[in-house]
Amino acid sequence: MIITLAFILIPFIAICLIPFLKVKGKAIAVYASVSIIAILTSTLAFQGLTGANFSVTLLGSLISGPINIKIDALSGWFILIINFTFLTGGFYGLFYMNAYREQKKNISLHGILFVLLHTSLISLCTIQNSIAFLVAWEIMALSAFLSVIFEHEKIATVKAGINYLIQSHVSIIFLMIGFIWVAGQTGSYDFSSIHSYSQTHSGALSLTLFLFFFIGFAIKAGFIPFHTWLPYAHPAAPAHISGIMSGVLIKIGIFGILRMLLLIELNYTTIGTIILVISILSGIYGVMLAILQHNLKKLLAYHSIENIGIIGIGIGLGCLGLGTHNPVLSSLGFAGALLHTLNHSLFKSLLFFTAGNVYQSTHTLDIEKLGGLVKKMPQTSILFLISALAICGLPPFNGFISEFILYTGLYSWIQNAQITSLITIVFTISGLVLIGGLAIMCFTKAFGVVFLGNPRHIFHHEIREVSFFQLLPLYFIAAFICLIGIFPVYFLDLLIKPVQLFTGMQQLQFASFSGNGMESLLSISHASWFLIAFVILMLGIRKLALRKRTVTILPTWNCAYTAPTAKIQYTASSFVKTYSKLFGMFFLIFKKEKEVTGIFPAHAYLETRPYDKIEKWLIDYPTTNFKLFLGRFRFFQNGKLQFYILYGILFIISIISIPIIYDKIILFIEFLKQL
Amino acid sequence: MLSFLLIILAATFFTGIIIRTKSIASGRKGPGIFQPIRDVIRLFKKGAVYSETSSFVFRIAPTIYFSSVFVAMLVVPFGQSKGLISFNGDFIFFAYVLGIGKFFSIIGALDTGSSFEGMGASREALYSMFAEPAFFILMGSLALMTGHTSFQEIFSTLHLGSSITYALGTLAALVFLMIAMIENSRMPIDDPKTHLELTMVHEVMILDNSGFDLGLILTAGYLKFAIYGAIIFNLFSGVVAYEYAIPLFFIMQAFLAMVVGIIESFMARSRMNHNAQFIVVLSSVSLLIFFGALLVAGKFI
Repeated sequence: MIITLAFILIPFIAICLIPFLKVKGKAIAVYASVSIIAILTSTLAFQGLTGANFSVTLLGSLISGPINIKIDALSGWFILIINFTFLTGGFYGLFYMNAYREQKKNISLHGILFVLLHTSLISLCTIQNSIAFLVAWEIMALSAFLSVIFEHEKIATVKAGINYLIQSHVSIIFLMIGFIWVAGQTGSYDFSSIHSYSQTHSGALSLTLFLFFFIGFAIKAGFIPFHTWLPYAHPAAPAHISGIMSGVLIKIGIFGILRMLLLIELNYTTIGTIILVISILSGIYGVMLAILQHNLKKLLAYHSIENIGIIGIGIGLGCLGLGTHNPVLSSLGFAGALLHTLNHSLFKSLLFFTAGNVYQSTHTLDIEKLGGLVKKMPQTSILFLISALAICGLPPFNGFISEFILYTGLYSWIQNAQITSLITIVFTISGLVLIGGLAIMCFTKAFGVVFLGNPRHIFHHEIREVSFFQLLPLYFIAAFICLIGIFPVYFLDLLIKPVQLFTGMQQLQFASFSGNGMESLLSISHASWFLIAFVILMLGIRKLALRKRTVTILPTWNCAYTAPTAKIQYTASSFVKTYSKLFGMFFLIFKKEKEVTGIFPAHAYLETRPYDKIEKWLIDYPTTNFKLFLGRFRFFQNGKLQFYILYGILFIISIISIPIIYDKIILFIEFLKQL
Repeated sequence: MLSFLLIILAATFFTGIIIRTKSIASGRKGPGIFQPIRDVIRLFKKGAVYSETSSFVFRIAPTIYFSSVFVAMLVVPFGQSKGLISFNGDFIFFAYVLGIGKFFSIIGALDTGSSFEGMGASREALYSMFAEPAFFILMGSLALMTGHTSFQEIFSTLHLGSSITYALGTLAALVFLMIAMIENSRMPIDDPKTHLELTMVHEVMILDNSGFDLGLILTAGYLKFAIYGAIIFNLFSGVVAYEYAIPLFFIMQAFLAMVVGIIESFMARSRMNHNAQFIVVLSSVSLLIFFGALLVAGKFI
């Protein structure tokens, strides 16, 4: 009880204090509140992960009934991820926001929202009551919206924010329908009633109920085709908010889906197939569009869709494992999904923070204007490189571990699968491999164009590395990325309890990961060590070999062309030109072009802007049509006061007359009956 | 351990045989088969020239590329004897560890700020992306046929019994050979002997590398050929005793090198924009193998 009280009181005090403090004080209050809450909940979360669930029942209100608070292994895992990202992101944010310290009111609001966002996200992981859940969900959505539009003087930012606001409310509608449906049938808002409802009703009803929740949470998570808010909101937000949004906010959607899987009893094969198909499409489509982007943060945002796809593949495989009573597949699927959730929150937040560093020192995110930053910002470059390698799923970093777990699940499933499952396996494997290959292409482009080569644009201000304290949390995340990559076994042990929650649903036996072909993770750990040691050894040999030789520094070899400029470098668009031609049919690329004409051509340009086909047909097309339709009723709003008064009178008259007319009709029908 | 030594030995003459075959096919005498090794040793003794544009990435990239190929080599088994690194799913590690080398060679090329090297990097990124599904589907089919998921277990239990399995084995060998050609940027994807930078893939990426670094890149290329040769040999070796297997291994490698040489002598390079289609065909062939494997495993109902 004291813990819950502290959990509510500390943010409350911080929020009340923030407006009255100086800028430094605000920062301290925000960070102190976040840290205290993080420490408090992390201890409970650790207990939850080891199997000791924490639970309290709050009194609640007359409508909601008693509110159950529970931290089980699943909530524990997500709470730890949330806390880690908020601690590092908050610390980074303290220094990132330094540039905006003049805007005092704006900073106060931002600090308050940061605390609210943290508190609401953690509450979402613990609340077991649908009304309280929706309230917390709304607080989360609104505070995220207001954090995104921190730079609200820019029109594009506000537009992106409103886009997000609308879509997150569409997600709330779906969740509400789901919750009200259950509450209407069972009369209770507690989550356990969802479970009892699905137990007593037929498969089709449970499936529809689950699909409502799935769509609601998928909008938040960014599964295709519900992803369209993501590529706008992420670039618009300040770097630490984008990192947190991509790192944990969209993961709350994943959490919701997992929680509903635990609550609703379903035909797991059907739902597994649905999730798997959507996820593979999300993964491939996300990365395919990411390659085309010229805005660094937008590129990263599309990569979030890809990684949500990989997590979804894990969930889908886990469900299929439950459906086919295959304990190995189901535990590896869920373990891969959960581990990738952690991994993605690490490397994606690191990528967004480094992108923030780039933005702060160059004031642009257009990768066609960047280049050669590795010499000006060496530390940021190395951090970006580490996270890029990790997100491509390359050993010895953490992304490889979660993808390896998924592959192991798939290849072990091959042995005892039948024809339909085998086709699923082949397509899933091809999907995962393609995602990996495309990710390599995307991040060689991003890293190569932004950090390597010569600068493509002359900036009139000095470009320099950000301060050490701003880099400190980033080093911390990078260390974690390497740690998971090199010692995966310890992190996998933490996942035993959460995975058991899922396998336990079908009473599948689950000893530990060691029996499930996961002893190879130890070998991977050794192989990674060997790889690192060998690279160091070779670098040493190289150094020795070059010690006595002459090393000359000369201009780049340009095949005998002696006057190269930075303009002849390969740009981001030319790097992906062949690719975008090959896959042209999947994209919508707007071109603005003025061709070279005449003997002495004056000015020519070519501008391309990639656009999302799904967005065009699913969002833009219906919206324009709906607007056209509603436009027909504009004559109602003609600006004349007399008409508005008339509408009011008509309304009052109809309100009064409808019951009277209704009575008359009833009377008339009675009369007819008597005849 | 055995495979490690054998692959290194095979790597010493593989590229030499290719060059020799090509020379003979074109009516020249050609250099000795150990000439590539002599070239590399000479390069190791040389100094280096670095571009003033390049950063530390360019300097560490060749080393990491070489290390990744070297570590991948340790995964490959030889018949019954395991590779130095062997575990369930080691072929996934094999492909991904090669991936890290590719990543670094691409960003190493971009680091020079040269338009030519950027071009090569772009092509390399695209082609290697296409080639990977073929490898994974192929290993999936082999896993399905044998019921194991590590290189050594798959190869030691792979019995080519009926005629259909022989057909599958041949197809698999073909796919592996083509993957080796793509990985090494040889015909019909890329012509290592072309003189025009615009039509190069791999060669143009390493234009700026010199001395020790170039030596490492070339050595990695030789090793890669021998690695894929070893994998193809493993497809057929199965349970052959060592005293026959070891000589057979070298004969097979020499034979493969000659095949590569002959392909390169008598085949034109495909046009750049046809390469992607060609590589996707590989994935289709491996899908064919997968369905063949389904047939063998009796999963078709």
